[in-house]
Amino acid sequence: MGDLQIKKQTKKYDAVIVGSGAGGGMAAYVLAGAGLKVCLLEAGSMFDPATNSSQLKNPWESPRRGARTKYRPFGDFDGAYHGWEIDGEPYIKAEGTKWDWFRARMVGGRTNHWGRISLRFGPKDFKRKSIDGLGDDWPIGYEDVKPYYDKIDRLIGVFGSNEGLPNDPDGIFLPPPRPRLHELFIKKAATGVGVPVIPSRLSILTKQINKDRGACFFCAQCGRSCKVYGDFSSSSVLVKPALATGNVDLITNAMAREVLTGKDGLATGVSYIDKTDLQEYQVYGKTVILAASTCETARLLLNSKSDRHPNGLANESDVVGKYLHDSTGAGMGAIIPTLFDRKRYNEDGVGGLHVYTPWWLDNKKLDFPRGYHIEYGGGMGMPMYGFNWGIEDINGKFLVHGKQKEAGGYGKSLKEDNRYFYGARIGMAGRGESVARRDNYCEIDPTTVDRYGIPVLRFHVKHSEYEFAQARHMKQTFQEIFHSMGAVVTHGNKDSAANDWGLDNPGNVIHEAGTVRMGSDPKTSALNKWNQAHDCRNLFCVDGSSFVSQADKNITWTILALSMRASEHIVEEMKKQNI
Amino acid sequence: MDRRKSIKALVVGTLSTGVLIEACKTDDKKQPDQAQPATADAVTRMPEEQVADKELREEKFFTSGELATITVLGDIIIPRDEVSGSASDAKVTEFIEFMANDKPEFRTPLRGGLRWLDLQCLNRYEKQFRDLDEKQQLEMVDEIAYPAKAKPEFKQGVAFFTLMRNLTMSGFYTTEMGVKDIGYLGNRPNQWNGVPEDVLKQYNVAYSEKELKECVSFDKTA
Repeated sequence: MGDLQIKKQTKKYDAVIVGSGAGGGMAAYVLAGAGLKVCLLEAGSMFDPATNSSQLKNPWESPRRGARTKYRPFGDFDGAYHGWEIDGEPYIKAEGTKWDWFRARMVGGRTNHWGRISLRFGPKDFKRKSIDGLGDDWPIGYEDVKPYYDKIDRLIGVFGSNEGLPNDPDGIFLPPPRPRLHELFIKKAATGVGVPVIPSRLSILTKQINKDRGACFFCAQCGRSCKVYGDFSSSSVLVKPALATGNVDLITNAMAREVLTGKDGLATGVSYIDKTDLQEYQVYGKTVILAASTCETARLLLNSKSDRHPNGLANESDVVGKYLHDSTGAGMGAIIPTLFDRKRYNEDGVGGLHVYTPWWLDNKKLDFPRGYHIEYGGGMGMPMYGFNWGIEDINGKFLVHGKQKEAGGYGKSLKEDNRYFYGARIGMAGRGESVARRDNYCEIDPTTVDRYGIPVLRFHVKHSEYEFAQARHMKQTFQEIFHSMGAVVTHGNKDSAANDWGLDNPGNVIHEAGTVRMGSDPKTSALNKWNQAHDCRNLFCVDGSSFVSQADKNITWTILALSMRASEHIVEEMKKQNI
Repeated sequence: MDRRKSIKALVVGTLSTGVLIEACKTDDKKQPDQAQPATADAVTRMPEEQVADKELREEKFFTSGELATITVLGDIIIPRDEVSGSASDAKVTEFIEFMANDKPEFRTPLRGGLRWLDLQCLNRYEKQFRDLDEKQQLEMVDEIAYPAKAKPEFKQGVAFFTLMRNLTMSGFYTTEMGVKDIGYLGNRPNQWNGVPEDVLKQYNVAYSEKELKECVSFDKTA
């Protein structure tokens, strides 16, 4: 390294945005569209699905046949760069606690590979404390967010069906795809035991909505990101058009170090390290918008200490880093004997489930406070690494073409078994709401820095009895549905306290939220209802960090709606010269 | 413009790679010839991935003798039949060699398992496994291929053979030959119209009126 010096940008932007995922991409899109000059900092590299996606590659085009690596934890063709572990960027877990932290480093962030499950929060989801006395109410309600959900439904596109459900609001939906065969089985069985099954709601274009994006062509590979932009990712749907306005300077490989503030305590810009030349830079703006992801945003704020903000920026309330919570997750797998030796046809469909189960029960009658939804998987998918792995646990348990075989085996008989069992496996996954608690938190580790010298996070997160009870209920429900359809459970039904009742580690579902929560009271919240810091009026956080609670709904659609809402507010306030 | 044409127009208009076009071609021989050549793998890989994969490809862990035994075992697990070729036809040995570099946790179980197998064979036949005749090889494999009925003294061999079976299946069914054998028909642009009629009938299920009304459907004659 040469002489270290800090390079200061002379250009002053209207806004400096940190992070180009759902929240940052939307902010850039809205601000640039309104004519404001934006500097968009992204810690990862450039990514455009049209060029960089592995869509339609065959399994043999990967030397590991799609197996996961530390660079691609969801498999070799997945659309996310990096994930649980990044060389030189550690994070710490306090003793006796668990936290899995997925960090995609690329333009568009995790939206390049996510499941596209795009659920609106319902009226109850903003007012949980009023219902069950736990956590806190949001300072806003569904009626405040609904106009923005409507706008992003139209702007981005989502398929689904209007069911008139009280807490799973109707939307402006494209037509959903017809259920696959196993999904018809699931629907029949689940409905029979009182569990509703409705079309899923995914931000995938079953019809073309504008000239810039193609329609879905049903390859089931949304996880790889879509070359024709037939699904939503921030890179293709928000960042690309934002750049086309000419109002955005996108700086990739820019790892934000700190939010800069002036003597008056207001934000003046962001300092960052360029990962390609390892030099230090500062960039200035009239407003700073953080969307670095729930935990990175908290880290940035906690690392932005000054005389005016000795406890970190936006942290006079001392809530930054607190109330960290992820969706709960638990799954179970089974095999459907009636599907053995099934007829072959192209069953890819869209990337993910065509049907799902929204939360359907009343928690007042249950021993846990919040709900969950159920996601379903299965079908005749692309053979990848791990194909029929563990067949020795299956092929002795069922007759194959009427013949009882010894488990395991080899040879022509094994080839017959592989054909016979193909496409008969199904899976269920529950995704539920955990209760945000002050004592689940991240903080700056007192001794550890990353390769850039930036202090890292230490996590203290534990599931509570609420989540364990919810997981037990999920598993009972899954077993009941499987049983009702004549499916035989193959895994996920042997849980106990020793494995946290089958719950995924906190963080593992990658729906983390809550670290810079909004609220009406500056003593108990960091942001106001416009995602604006109580103690720094030109600082906004527009990612999942602002969430008070996260419902049993995947949070991306609400991140997008709240970011659009905050960004339009910023535009208005700038016009009025309030910022 | 009908949807099928619009998919093609999009494919040709939007993409800088030829991947989609190549995939369409299998469906439609009238595809124009101006398809660009498929771009190099590099465009989908991070630089650090490319460096790591190059090293993994070059690293030699197994001896040639070990690789020869892996090949014999692979062809016992997946032999040629009337539908498809064998593990060695599908280059499964090369796949397992790569995976032992990519997932080093396989190294000791595979190397140790191979040695376990050879020692059993030396004691029983005074030859290592790959030098046995076919009948002897299958006698030995029969001792370790059936977890539920294997004798206790062969349990380590069962664990090794189970790993070999699973790796061989992963290696075989992810090749063009294996995908064709298993009958996977996806990974190509198409229009999902739901489960085919004859399959619905076979399983005595049907789409509800609500589904038929609200779900996207495509004109099959287009």
